[in-house]
Amino acid sequence: MEQALNQKSVNNSPAPEGPDSLHLGIPFKLQDKINVWVLRTLAFAIITMLATLVVLLFKQSGEAVKEFGLWNFISTDNWNPVEDEFGGLSFLYGTAVSSILALAIAAPVSVAIALFLNEMLPAWLGKFLGLFVEMIAAIPSIVFGLWGIYYLAPFVKETLTPLLKSTLGFLPLFQGPSFGIGMLTASLILAIMIVPTITSICREVFKTIPGHQKEAALALGATRFEMIKLAILSPSFSGIMGGVVLGFGRALGETMAVAMVIGNSTSISSSLLAPASTMASVIANEYAEADSDLHVAALCLVGIFLFVITLIINFAARSIVWHFNRKHAR
Amino acid sequence: MKHLLIIAASIFFATQASAITKVNGAGASFPYPIYSKWFSEYKKVKTDVQFNYQAIGSGGGIRQLIKQTVDFGASDAPMKEKDMKKAAWPVLHVPTVMGAVSIAFNLDGVKALKFDGPTLAKVFMGEITKWNDPAIVALNNGAKLPNKDILVVRRSDGSGTTSIFSDYLSTVSPSFEKNIGRGKALKWPGVTVGAKGNDGVTGVIKQTKGAIGYVELAYAIKNDLPTAELKNKNGKYVAPSIKGVSASAAKLKDDVYNGDLRISIVDQEGDDVYPISAFTYILLPQTKETTQLKEVKSFLNWALTKGQAMAGDLHYAPLPIKLSEILLKKIK
Amino acid sequence: MMIETTNYYRWRKFKNRFFQFLLILSAIAVLTPIFLIVQYTFVKGASSLNFDFFTNLPKPVGESGGGMRHAIIGTLYLVAIGAAIAVPLGIMSGIYLAEFDKKSALSRILSFSIDLLTGVPSIIVGIFAYILLVVPLKSFNALAGGVALSIIILPIVTRSTEEILKLVPDHIREAGLALGLPRWKVIFMIIVPGSFKGIFTGVMLAISRAAGETAPLLFTAFGNMYMSYRIDQPMASLPVQIYNYAISPFEDWQRQAWGGAFVLIIIVLGINLTSRAIINRNEFVNFFIELNKKFKGKKVK
Repeated sequence: MEQALNQKSVNNSPAPEGPDSLHLGIPFKLQDKINVWVLRTLAFAIITMLATLVVLLFKQSGEAVKEFGLWNFISTDNWNPVEDEFGGLSFLYGTAVSSILALAIAAPVSVAIALFLNEMLPAWLGKFLGLFVEMIAAIPSIVFGLWGIYYLAPFVKETLTPLLKSTLGFLPLFQGPSFGIGMLTASLILAIMIVPTITSICREVFKTIPGHQKEAALALGATRFEMIKLAILSPSFSGIMGGVVLGFGRALGETMAVAMVIGNSTSISSSLLAPASTMASVIANEYAEADSDLHVAALCLVGIFLFVITLIINFAARSIVWHFNRKHAR
Repeated sequence: MKHLLIIAASIFFATQASAITKVNGAGASFPYPIYSKWFSEYKKVKTDVQFNYQAIGSGGGIRQLIKQTVDFGASDAPMKEKDMKKAAWPVLHVPTVMGAVSIAFNLDGVKALKFDGPTLAKVFMGEITKWNDPAIVALNNGAKLPNKDILVVRRSDGSGTTSIFSDYLSTVSPSFEKNIGRGKALKWPGVTVGAKGNDGVTGVIKQTKGAIGYVELAYAIKNDLPTAELKNKNGKYVAPSIKGVSASAAKLKDDVYNGDLRISIVDQEGDDVYPISAFTYILLPQTKETTQLKEVKSFLNWALTKGQAMAGDLHYAPLPIKLSEILLKKIK
Repeated sequence: MMIETTNYYRWRKFKNRFFQFLLILSAIAVLTPIFLIVQYTFVKGASSLNFDFFTNLPKPVGESGGGMRHAIIGTLYLVAIGAAIAVPLGIMSGIYLAEFDKKSALSRILSFSIDLLTGVPSIIVGIFAYILLVVPLKSFNALAGGVALSIIILPIVTRSTEEILKLVPDHIREAGLALGLPRWKVIFMIIVPGSFKGIFTGVMLAISRAAGETAPLLFTAFGNMYMSYRIDQPMASLPVQIYNYAISPFEDWQRQAWGGAFVLIIIVLGINLTSRAIINRNEFVNFFIELNKKFKGKKVK
């Protein structure tokens, strides 16, 4: 097709008759050149805009970097807006713990649901429930937060906490009082929210397994479980990993649902029942009312850390999934 | 399609022009119930002015004022010297009403509690952790209190209410003053939950059994939360009320009114005094008069005269009449 | 030897049963809370709605009859601004990525940037718009909110347009060129209109996502208790209004928060499902035919 363009066009002259229906009076080659350059300018504009935003973000956080130093900021646990002292370790901790815990709960469950929908249900029901799961991904996170405050938090306080304390209460993870809102509730809500992401990727990945592989395993006398393990899970492992990491990326950036149920405490606690904060939730809660320029700068710096971490995780996920697709392209 | 775009564009540009003057303000959530009532009533008086007030906390109000993103600010905590210096013009602190910071709690089967300053300070410092702690039981005539954890709720944003409360606790407890101190945002020890605004704290207390927190009286009453009686300087136990708040300002001398007005009235002497009372201020920029500023001043004229009568219904104490008179002169 | 084989077989059978049991358990474990959330919101939300909700502005604390009219209109307004900026831009960049300069640096950097934008947490998008528009204009404003939403809409529209256009086989392009059309006409008058359904779906999905976003609007459009149409003033939106009411203690406001959540879900899921139905029209119809057949057989009455 490129050749067709590069050949000298017979219809180069601005003919009033013929395909030049807009009667622009300029040769086609020029029209196309203008078009390409308009598009290129738009592309360039988008890239420049993005670069400007990133640069502005870094500039806005400059005061905090100057005052506290990059490494020192993220390794100190001292968030004191009234004294203008800022150290973001507790938010890094909160983000890490809530996301990892959410992933630990969601990953196996998502794979299980993907298998359930693909393998154990008749096709039409699998599609229908699959659609249902995907709709969850579309529900705005504020609705999850709302449900979390009024339904999940009391449940965690009245039912789950006594259960955990009576069975695993010796662990430092479950010490201290439970407000209902706190790290555990936030992790549970995050888990529910990232399941659709991981499930839909796993389903796609499982669909790429050719039917005859599964039949071969069954023909050799495997039980259904063994067939799944051999023919589906083993070859899809990297694809599943990609989905899991993508879900992790989603959990890291989730703001509203977490902000509403995590309790907003800026100190680090070893107990899952204690309130906490994540990088996203502290920005959501404090930005609009940040007291001083240094406070805003510190929040922007927290934002940068969140931005960079999410970026790394997302690209890791993408490259894993890309490698998988290369290996198993249909 | 083209016609649709033209119609959309003309509607868009038409809506940008409006005859209504919009005034933006932001700040304390402490007086939000009375302010929102006032703005709504004032709109009936002056229909072409619309006040848009965001209750983002006193700290936010001060910052927005300095950054000039709002026309007026509101704060329960008077601006500090360094904030006053950052402002491009002098700022007049205009007290509008007085209110009480009540200690609200949510405890099954307990409708009344008594606290004194030092014990309360210990609870908020995390030194007293159970409801049936001997110190609390002793203050309450040996009442049967449950063996449950005290769940402390405080503000997560820059709050004038926190400022007033910590002012009180620092006054009555040297230990609190040393370890935590006064301020709009504090480093609370122990395991506490932070919520945004007086409404956020009220919401958490309401939702969480065993919780205790400090909120402006109107919020506690409107949400049927029981509040504690506090021991005042004269040794009497007083529940938060308009009478208790007014009594706190009763002893102020006239020269105070002519001075700075950035005064603290916590822990005053008097049998009827409720110890955690305070003024709340509107922060008025003393600068060249814009349309917005003119409207704010005329609103304040209304609020300091007709508006004061509405304060009682919402459990705020009206200002001493002497003070209102002096303020009306100052605002000109 | 027969006995050992049988025992081992039984063990395998047990593992099989156990595993299938775990699968069903996990499915229930997740689908139950999700179903609960949806059902709870629907029931509580629908019962919270009344005529006042859609027609009134908020009333002061304690007075009943307040509504979210301003927030609903605000959401439509902000999404319209976001879409007006991002949809043309997104379709154009999608066209660029699919049709031109495939190996060039510009194209690759653009693709990378779009990928970057997809992964940006929505709160950071809010910070971007704040620095860009709130600080210079010295007030929260609707334009900043609209721009924040446009940053969210852009990568979705670009990616989906690119994917849809890539699906169009080359021979259609060649046919257009063979008929003597300049390349831009082949794209804008043949390829794009032909893929209209797919592009439209992508746009609708992006818009439904933007309509449900809260974080980018928290400190850009901020919020307003009154109806405002001005682009340089704060503007209420449904998600932010729900958020403010949800964390408040006032029961009437909480009730309105549930009502708002219900309306929001209806809008978001409505757009989502409708656009999916448009694209999968045949499948959709077949599904209902199947369902009908199954239940016709079981009709008791």
